[in-house]
Amino acid sequence: MVRRIFTGSFIFLLLAHSVSATSPTDDEYSPLDSTLLNEVIVTAQSYKEVIPAQTLGGQELEALRSHSVADALRYFSGVQLKDYGGVGGIKTVNIRSMGTNHMGVYYNGIELGNAQNGQVDLGKYSLENIESVSLYNGQKSEIFQSAREFGSAGSIYLNTRFPKFKESETSHLRVGLRAGSFDLFNPSLTFDHKLNETISMSFNTEWVSSSGKYKFRYRRVTPSGELAYDTTAVRENGDIDAVRLEGGLHGFLPKGRWKVYLYHYNSERGVPGAIVNNVWRRGERLWDRNSFAQGMFEYNFTHKFSSKINAKYAFDYTRYVNNDDKLIHVDNIYKQREVYLSWANRYRILPNWDLSLAYDFQWNGLSEYMDVDRTTHWASLATALSLWDCFKLQASGLITYVNEEQRDRDEAPDKFKITPGIFASYKPFKRPNFVIRAFYKHSYRMPTFNDLYYTDMGNAYLKPETAIQYNVGVLYDIVREKSWFKYFKVGTDIYYNDVKDKIVAYPKGQQFRWTMLNLGKVEIKGIDAQIGGTFGLPCDIDFTAKFQYTYQEAIDVTNPADNYYRHQIPYIPWHSGSAILMLDWKGWHLNYSFIYTGERYNQQENIRYNHTQPWYTSDISLMKSFKIGKVDFKATAEVNNLFSQDYDVILNYPMPKRNYRFGLVVEL
Amino acid sequence: MKNHSLFILFSLLLCCATGCREDELVVPTEYDILPFEPSTEVNPIGMYLLNEGNMGSNKASIDFVDFKNAYYVRNMYPERNPTIIKELGDVGNDIQIYGDKIYAVINCSHKVEVMDAHSLVRIGQIDIPNCRYIKFDKGNAYVSAYVGPVAIDPDAQLGAVYRIDTTSLAITGKCTVGYQPDELEIVGEYIYVANSGGYRVPKYDYTISVVEKFSMTQVEKIPVGINLHRIEADKYGKLWVTSRGNYGSVRSKIFVLEKESRFSRKMVVTDTLEIPCSEMHIQGDSLYFYSVEWSNQEEKNHIAYGIIDVRTKELVTDHFITDGTEKEIEIPYGINVHPITGDIYVTDAKNYVSSGALHCYSREGKKKWSVRTGDIPAHMVFLYK
Repeated sequence: MVRRIFTGSFIFLLLAHSVSATSPTDDEYSPLDSTLLNEVIVTAQSYKEVIPAQTLGGQELEALRSHSVADALRYFSGVQLKDYGGVGGIKTVNIRSMGTNHMGVYYNGIELGNAQNGQVDLGKYSLENIESVSLYNGQKSEIFQSAREFGSAGSIYLNTRFPKFKESETSHLRVGLRAGSFDLFNPSLTFDHKLNETISMSFNTEWVSSSGKYKFRYRRVTPSGELAYDTTAVRENGDIDAVRLEGGLHGFLPKGRWKVYLYHYNSERGVPGAIVNNVWRRGERLWDRNSFAQGMFEYNFTHKFSSKINAKYAFDYTRYVNNDDKLIHVDNIYKQREVYLSWANRYRILPNWDLSLAYDFQWNGLSEYMDVDRTTHWASLATALSLWDCFKLQASGLITYVNEEQRDRDEAPDKFKITPGIFASYKPFKRPNFVIRAFYKHSYRMPTFNDLYYTDMGNAYLKPETAIQYNVGVLYDIVREKSWFKYFKVGTDIYYNDVKDKIVAYPKGQQFRWTMLNLGKVEIKGIDAQIGGTFGLPCDIDFTAKFQYTYQEAIDVTNPADNYYRHQIPYIPWHSGSAILMLDWKGWHLNYSFIYTGERYNQQENIRYNHTQPWYTSDISLMKSFKIGKVDFKATAEVNNLFSQDYDVILNYPMPKRNYRFGLVVEL
Repeated sequence: MKNHSLFILFSLLLCCATGCREDELVVPTEYDILPFEPSTEVNPIGMYLLNEGNMGSNKASIDFVDFKNAYYVRNMYPERNPTIIKELGDVGNDIQIYGDKIYAVINCSHKVEVMDAHSLVRIGQIDIPNCRYIKFDKGNAYVSAYVGPVAIDPDAQLGAVYRIDTTSLAITGKCTVGYQPDELEIVGEYIYVANSGGYRVPKYDYTISVVEKFSMTQVEKIPVGINLHRIEADKYGKLWVTSRGNYGSVRSKIFVLEKESRFSRKMVVTDTLEIPCSEMHIQGDSLYFYSVEWSNQEEKNHIAYGIIDVRTKELVTDHFITDGTEKEIEIPYGINVHPITGDIYVTDAKNYVSSGALHCYSREGKKKWSVRTGDIPAHMVFLYK
């Protein structure tokens, strides 16, 4: 049976992303009918993915619900977060030190783009409506995907809640309110409705309002131990007021499924800025409006041939104002538009041999501040082979062609890139769930509009930046639903990444005038390790522990003449890790999480003046689910940065001290 | 029970964590030995170097070349002033000595830091928004600032010159000048201010504001060239002014202003030297300068190190570094000349986000030594006994 499901269950893979592979206690849903529910769990345990994802879902995600997506990603190995602090602060992530631009972020299967600077602010995406967050090194172990998905060096998949209905239930209402430190006020509402047996709709909205004010502290002592200074101030201009609305229609056909999704986000925020001597408040403001509409249609024409179409239109509006009366007054508006179309096909040559072919098209336009556009074409060919249920191989090739618009000022040449990837895994034994895996992949990042065209700074002749990844790893897990030792997993990966033609800002002459050049070279060696387990303790207590550790050496090998030749690149710690401990008892859920980021340097040179201390925070939350009549309640209390550590993730951007949040969710 | 086991686990974890946070120490001063003979008989006894530090990094710092003890002293301020919150500040833009006091203009910290010239111990600070350069005259300091009045039209922010009493450190006067004024020079009763208009790209300012220093009123604007930067007087009373150009079609050049006639007070542009100039320093009859010009075609900088004779206004040389060691300099960013020995100091800002270097060349242009500095070494001033 397992085999049958394995060969016929790409849909589960696509939607479920092996959520249960990492946390079997989650109540996994199925987009199909409930009879398949158990099978999903079974198959997810089986040896299916070539390279499994790191996933947060279910209870673990529930405990993090009040945070942003960026906060959740801190619990993944190999990920570094850049966090400028506070509710409204910009948060970007970087995977295995390759740079933010190498990370693809997919919202319900379609990449979130920012053609202007290539970075997605994950602080803007709340976990409120997210069902699971998955991180794939290399690419998703699934060849039935759009061409573009083969391109990133690492991918994050954010999957929104799928409407779930109990038997005889046709609609579902969920109202939540969170409030706490920083004058946070965060109500949310979810409404799901089953239109008929095959079509359902979902709607979710959320309002976040916060003054962003928090106390932070800077303290220094002299080498003899005397206090030099100790000052506590309030972070100013970090307020945010944001509304998010999203809704979708999900439908199933006898031989396929479809989905239409609308998203709108509107915010105004202050940009708190760096705290430097004599400057404690800044006057930068940012308005964002992000809207997109996307749709997906998948159809299995025969049992051998399936097709999937994805389409998206996005419009982003950003207004940046600098009102600081001591500085240059700035009032810029940026408008970005994106049109995306993808057609992916899978052909099953043999039950254990698949072939996929996909073509993607995208148009990006930036207007107001600078007027540019580009057209990108991707074409991918991939194959997946499974032999004797113990060896899996996946190979892909991606062709990217970028057609740069003809401009008067500088004519950017078109870009062409072929990137291969090969993924393999081997399960030597029948019984112990022990898997050896390896991959080799080329990926790239295209120069962004800013890199190419930014006034005086852009360089139209930039080539794509390339990253080559080598990865070998092992994974061992045990699942025993019935025994006290319910689940155990241990795994490690070692990797070597080589980033070439890295796009760096290069000074041209005086007065901070830069240009962008393909100059940099970075060598990255790393180890990711994870261990976790779930234990059934006496008195109905379930205990889950999950530990994750990353070691990275990411050194700049650009030029032996540089002061920083073979130095660790900025903001990459050698050691980082996290721990999550959870206790469940009769509707009570206690969660403790710990994050550690080791010492690192805030500039290229690893000298004392650039040294940044480690930071580690402990967060604790308590949740209680209960029922009054037919209404479900869930109450949460959380304390973040329990020991009130004063730390900066980014130099001069102080993070909040201890803070609290409370929440109540009512479900009808 | 739950809490109990959790905390045991937690403490275990903390113990396992390889590196813990320690108390953040006052940024220490570093000492390097320089390769020349210590001597007690020198005057000037040293040279301060202000490192700008990249914007937002709060890494402006002051280094010192100790001629007496042959030491390079790196980052003196925090150790001498450990109680000052967030140290010297963000982006140093000028450093000068007047009397017993040293003044550091810290642009993005919007202040002029005043310290004892010998100990570098803080005496006070003067808050001036977006301050740029400082000059002294008869007990007063004059500071140019990009932001003068809070403008009704924010796109037309005029700059200002502030007058500071060097005894009380109080602002005693202010005069609105052109757009984004950079360096200023005082000749007789007038202050000449080079307006850049750098915030108004491509509508650069092109004038020198003439401010009558007693009444602090702008009496004239002399049209010169776009995007003016440095202004220095030579010993003959001529003004040497650099224009940055627009980094494209309009190249950087040097303008010379002289009195219209012997009895006139009016300065006019008498010469335009088609020599690009990024920074300059006048020593006696020689104007030392360097220029950096970016070539889009070649994707590299063209750098020249030259000397102009201020009497003849002729280029004496375009490579005062004669031993080929100028190749070691990535981005020259500051220049100064020792008043006695004629040694030439050139700083290298490299990529602006890592330590720079200070190079010392003999009068003949042979390299004597180099030393690592702070980030973006730029402004130098000699300290006398």
